[in-house]
Amino acid sequence: MRELFESTIERVLSDLCTSDLLREAESGEWPVALWRTLEDNGFPLAGAPEMAGGADACWSDLFVIIRALGRFVAPVPLAEMIVGNWLLEQSGLNARSDILSIASESNLTLVGARVSGELRQVPWGRFADSVVTLANDEAGQLNVVLLDVATAERVRQGTNIASEARDQLSFSSAAIVMSALLPAHLDGDVLLAAGAMVRSAQISGAINELLVMTASYAGERKQFGKPIAAFQAIQQQLAVLAEQAAAASVAAEAAFAGADQGIPTFSVAAAKISASDAASQAAAIGHSVHGAIGFTQEYALHNLTRRLWSWRSEFGSSTFWSKALGKHVCAAGAEGFWPMLTNPELQNLSITQK
Amino acid sequence: MSISEFSYSAIPADAEQLRAAVRAFLQDVLHDYPAEKRAYSWMGFDAEFSRLLGKKGWLGMALPKQYGGAEASPFSRYVIIEELLAAGAPVSAHWIADRQSAPLILRFGTEAQREKYLPSICRGESYFCIGMSEPNSGSDLASIRSTAKRANGGWVLDGQKVWTTNAQHSHYMIALMRTGDKETSGRHGGMSQFIIDLQTPGITIRPIADLAGGEHFNEVFFDSVQLGEDALIGEEGRGWDQVTAELAFERSGPERFLSSIAVIHTAIAAIGPHPDAFQAREIGKITARLLTLRNMSLGVTKQLSEGKNPAWAASCVKDLGNVLEQELPEILQGVVDEQPQVVGGSAHAKVLAYLTQMAPSFSLRGGTREILRGIIARGLGLR
Repeated sequence: MRELFESTIERVLSDLCTSDLLREAESGEWPVALWRTLEDNGFPLAGAPEMAGGADACWSDLFVIIRALGRFVAPVPLAEMIVGNWLLEQSGLNARSDILSIASESNLTLVGARVSGELRQVPWGRFADSVVTLANDEAGQLNVVLLDVATAERVRQGTNIASEARDQLSFSSAAIVMSALLPAHLDGDVLLAAGAMVRSAQISGAINELLVMTASYAGERKQFGKPIAAFQAIQQQLAVLAEQAAAASVAAEAAFAGADQGIPTFSVAAAKISASDAASQAAAIGHSVHGAIGFTQEYALHNLTRRLWSWRSEFGSSTFWSKALGKHVCAAGAEGFWPMLTNPELQNLSITQK
Repeated sequence: MSISEFSYSAIPADAEQLRAAVRAFLQDVLHDYPAEKRAYSWMGFDAEFSRLLGKKGWLGMALPKQYGGAEASPFSRYVIIEELLAAGAPVSAHWIADRQSAPLILRFGTEAQREKYLPSICRGESYFCIGMSEPNSGSDLASIRSTAKRANGGWVLDGQKVWTTNAQHSHYMIALMRTGDKETSGRHGGMSQFIIDLQTPGITIRPIADLAGGEHFNEVFFDSVQLGEDALIGEEGRGWDQVTAELAFERSGPERFLSSIAVIHTAIAAIGPHPDAFQAREIGKITARLLTLRNMSLGVTKQLSEGKNPAWAASCVKDLGNVLEQELPEILQGVVDEQPQVVGGSAHAKVLAYLTQMAPSFSLRGGTREILRGIIARGLGLR
């Protein structure tokens, strides 16, 4: 299944995710044809059960889809929708086929079947039909809620560095579409952790593409009578870029591999730290090797680097996750350090204290 | 080269099962082994300890049973060695033999050589060193000048090796020697590997003190050293290819990122259970880097277990791992207000003092940073 997913999504995205499409998306247009093709190929429901029209893919299979979204910097909330549908199914609710996003930053309160409060940094919020998030009910319990974006009192538009929509949605006693108590095996940080996990995979895809693009440019660009790739100073930089690409990819894949029993927040933390730090180094090297041409709008390098600069901060920066991980590790003490590193059952990191 | 070759691989359950036993053994045997000695990592020498491991069946594990091995998967060996390294166990005596001499002898040796050398490696009784570098041949290994010449139905060795770790404690050296003319056999031709009994007349070994006061490195001189026909290992003239195959084993293991783990342990103990934001950030970042390197190293182990030779991937692990090992004493001398101390001071102060001085060697041994990055660049098709 994994190979088929990967070849299919790479074909779709390499056909459709052109520089023109990215430019239109950045100017605020929704990529209708791209989304329809992704729907036609079943990707929004890839992780949903077959009964719900999905492909019942496990997270290890979904990893290659999400990494490809990063490689082609697809301007759509497909990664978010896969997470949202997964959480709905985990909570006993049905997966959605209309455009779905997620909100990990929220302060919603649920009273009866109505919510009030704010969702911040909602990826593609203005284009989504609905959003999955968590809300506290009157008994102080966390609920998974599905909200219709049309019921928002206000949508305040925001964008990240790459002009990807990151919107703020306010609700005032709005009727919810559906809800369920957050299942006991999931934690209140589930959307933050799942979001960080998918961003790590997207970052690794984008760094991989950046490596290919930069190595290829260095092979073509001539100075002093030879390709700049022939200079050791350039080779050493590209080697570091390759190391960072490998580190980000393996770290993200390890997190996905442990996700079928619930999002493994400890490995996700490691993945997001590794991927975010790799993003910083990779973007810097990509620009350094490309020289002035890489600094222009005309040349496609920025499609990757501006997203790397955005994604490294989304769903928790390297510093955010490092602090959480370090606090957790120190609490286990020196004796607990190595056992924790080598045994997922001892890792149980939680960002929200239940 | 493609990054998708570098995929995650979990430790199989049968290998993972070994962990509890080795951890319990180490807690028992090393219960009063101090932090400043644990900091020696795989430079800590204790022949008695190596023989104990041999009795447990934890040396030469991947070798066939007929030579004393357990025919265990590379992942089983991985679990054992990462537990040894994490505990700072004194593994130096058998380390080279277990890691690379035994696989090399199994792969390239004759039946007689396998039977002669492998069983005592598995028992933790025979120790090997590697003769590669020479005074004028460091990173440019192909420029070696020490020679082995055919004479009287055997070989005669002349020349000098240097930076040979543990030569003074080892029984054998596996050395790369020039056997053919450099002009006629090409840059990477004309070299062969030999197993040298270090008791043979004509060999002089002189330890070199390092800046932390230890003697790990040696100079080894060969003056008309007479060896039998069976000293040659593998094929005459194919020494370079054999060495290259050996290096993937040498470069991707957990000893390439765990050399400084002792200072993580002492730093966490010094910080205590309630770190401030700065301490938490540094410890968290280190934890993530270590976990990611371990996952990369396991990915390479998978490839090695499938008979592949992932030279560039192994180089990625070693380079990133060495950067971390070297940065650890730098980062962790700044997280608590304790000065490094050689004599006196806390465990953290002693470990810091030792590792700060040893760290420069981490990116030298087994191939320098620049050489490794050159191999990765070749993998990228740049050279």
